[in-house]
Amino acid sequence: MMRMLAAVLALLMCASSVLAAVDPLPFKDRAEELRFQNLTKQLRCLVCQNESLNDSSASLAGDLRRDVFEQMRAGMSDAQIKQWLTERYSDFVLYDPPLRGGTWLLWFGPALFLLIGGVAVLLTIRRRAAAQRGTASNRVDSVEDDW
Amino acid sequence: MNTRLLPFIGFLLVLALLGFGIWWSSTHDLRAVPSPLIGKRAPTFSLPELDNPQRSFGSAELAGEPYLLNVFASWCFACRDEHPILMREGKRLGIKLVGFDYKDPPEDAKRWLAQYGNPYDVVIADLPGNVAIDFGVTGAPETFLVDAQGIIRYKHISPITPEVIATELMPRIAAMKAAPR
Repeated sequence: MMRMLAAVLALLMCASSVLAAVDPLPFKDRAEELRFQNLTKQLRCLVCQNESLNDSSASLAGDLRRDVFEQMRAGMSDAQIKQWLTERYSDFVLYDPPLRGGTWLLWFGPALFLLIGGVAVLLTIRRRAAAQRGTASNRVDSVEDDW
Repeated sequence: MNTRLLPFIGFLLVLALLGFGIWWSSTHDLRAVPSPLIGKRAPTFSLPELDNPQRSFGSAELAGEPYLLNVFASWCFACRDEHPILMREGKRLGIKLVGFDYKDPPEDAKRWLAQYGNPYDVVIADLPGNVAIDFGVTGAPETFLVDAQGIIRYKHISPITPEVIATELMPRIAAMKAAPR
């Protein structure tokens, strides 16, 4: 089992090194490369929209990686590079949509649903507890009848 | 209300949500990225002409007149569906039709146009794809309608159809021509 896993891992590593060789960028050091990786992982490829700019092998993604790299070299900050991309491709290019009018449901929707669920659970528990207290004097096993 | 029905109602709600998802994805193009450039000035560009790479053509030459910029490529399958419509109805639009050859070796594009016909008034070639990025192009075919002031009025992703020409392009072109310069 372990040997098979190792073989699969080795194969995956081969695959990723082949992919990386498609458009190698001349990073001057490890820190620059990490910054580039970190930034492109937050950006969405416009062609394969379920892939990040970092992962995608689409040709447009390659062009955009080259542009992002050039702008990093030109001394632009991550925020400026994201701004440059959203001016052309809208917020679609960002994996984390910015917080504003149209996106509040996206950001706070899950919390809202959790709140609704929490309230529903709380109300149910209270009602059952009250019902149980009311019937506890004559019948103890009334919990089973709730449904 | 009978609380026994609650799980069933919950199930119906989930079903409705899934049904809405199916309806939404069948009526909307999920790949179409909304362009933030509509209503904004078209990017300044200058690109070599396909037939004569020594000559460049761009926003300077197009200043003061409306045009339709059509992104195409010989490698683009959907462009083959779009092409006959541009051949047939391109002239009817009454504005300059600019062909934007996207990331395409010039020989391929020339052969493609020779084979299927050339509906364009001028064809420019963007082999590295830089100007395309300024236009927010995500692929081919895409079409931009730019007015005489250089403002992008409309963008269409995917092939132009006779319906798009009739319902989207013609009214906008008519409005642009009616507007005082």
